[in-house]
Amino acid sequence: METKDMKELKVSAIKQGTVIDHIPAQSLFKVISILELQKMDTQITIGYNFESKSMGQKGIIKLADKFPSQKDLNKIALFAPEAKINIIRNYKVVEKDLVQVPDTIEGIVKCMNPKCITNHECVKTKFTVIEKKKVTLKCKYCEKITDQEHFEMK
Amino acid sequence: MKNKSLVSIHDYSKKDYLRIMDLAEEFEKNPKKYGRLLSGKVIATLFFEPSTRTRLSFESAVQRLGGKIIGFTDAGSSSVSKGETVKDTIKTVSQYSDLIVMRHPIEGSVRWASEISDVPIVNAGDGANQHPTQCLLDLYTIRQTQKKLNNLTITMVGDLKYGRTVHSLIQAMSYFSPTFHFVSPQELKMPNEYKIFLKEKNIMFEEHKDLNEVMKKSDIVYITRVQKERFSDPIEYEKVKNAFVLKNDMIEGTKSNLKILHPLPRVNEIDQDVDSNQKAYYFKQAHNGVFTRMAIISSILGLK
Repeated sequence: METKDMKELKVSAIKQGTVIDHIPAQSLFKVISILELQKMDTQITIGYNFESKSMGQKGIIKLADKFPSQKDLNKIALFAPEAKINIIRNYKVVEKDLVQVPDTIEGIVKCMNPKCITNHECVKTKFTVIEKKKVTLKCKYCEKITDQEHFEMK
Repeated sequence: MKNKSLVSIHDYSKKDYLRIMDLAEEFEKNPKKYGRLLSGKVIATLFFEPSTRTRLSFESAVQRLGGKIIGFTDAGSSSVSKGETVKDTIKTVSQYSDLIVMRHPIEGSVRWASEISDVPIVNAGDGANQHPTQCLLDLYTIRQTQKKLNNLTITMVGDLKYGRTVHSLIQAMSYFSPTFHFVSPQELKMPNEYKIFLKEKNIMFEEHKDLNEVMKKSDIVYITRVQKERFSDPIEYEKVKNAFVLKNDMIEGTKSNLKILHPLPRVNEIDQDVDSNQKAYYFKQAHNGVFTRMAIISSILGLK
């Protein structure tokens, strides 16, 4: 009981908004960038390197009064496939969701083919997701594959 | 197909392939009938890297249909040398022409161009990625020589790792229940992704190290160039280079319908004395490129 209380004290509760939990610690700043949190004007709490039984170390983000669309939240699935989304209303979790890898990805990651046009001119990357479990992307332009181990932020 | 760019072989369906082949056949049979089909049309051939053979084939196709040509033959003679982006070049030229034929060394550049252009684009090769008109002319040639496309045994020889023509041909032929034999040096074997593709489609294939093992089984032998620079160890190249050279005596005792194809240019992978063999078909294959490109251009412009 004592441990639970201490955990909760690490970040303050929000009255309403969205909590994104179970972000791999090493992906936290990528997730912040993908969701463009720097452009938001509400109160945001970010926790980094928190202890997690299942993940070792994790990150957590609390967005007060914000409810990003599932489509926007799904964008983080490339870097945080096990992230859990909690919707908070009046201090209570009213909805729990998991992120889902979308069918197509625009921007976010680079094409790993150095000869691809997206690495030569100002062209936004576009991928079709051809495998969701071990996320594998096919570039719309050069038709080459970029796999999970080679994801690099665009 | 009208107004739709042809960037990748995947842009066309089996029905589209058949339509292009039928149209190419019509142009081949009645060359004079269509001399004014492209009258009043301007086709731009933008070759950001030189490829004389492909460019001349396209230009011959346009001229035979009575169209006019504008363009450049390498990036050095265009604004690209002044630092202009692909985007600006394409956007501008699409104001001057009805269709753009484009070749570029950067992969994916032609797909990008097709998103920018106000007129349809035909890919004449984007780096190691796609060269769909070559694939369609190969299909046309196979059908012409075998009088069918279904249930053929096709042997592919040479650089199967980097050769884009063999990769496209595998995918296009997958609609027609082929059996493939792949003959290549260890370093240039068919990549796994294509083998997985064939397994998923239940298409039979075998890999070999010696061309002699499969010559007598084949309906088509499709030879590609083994480039020395592909080998990390030059000694490896010296060891294997002769195992992938077709000589006239190797054609003895093969099937009567066998035809030897090659996307050209040939260096030394087919002996010169094979050229006079009735089964050598690579120059006629190049000729077919003109009819196939006539069919593609007129089809995209909605004129046939």
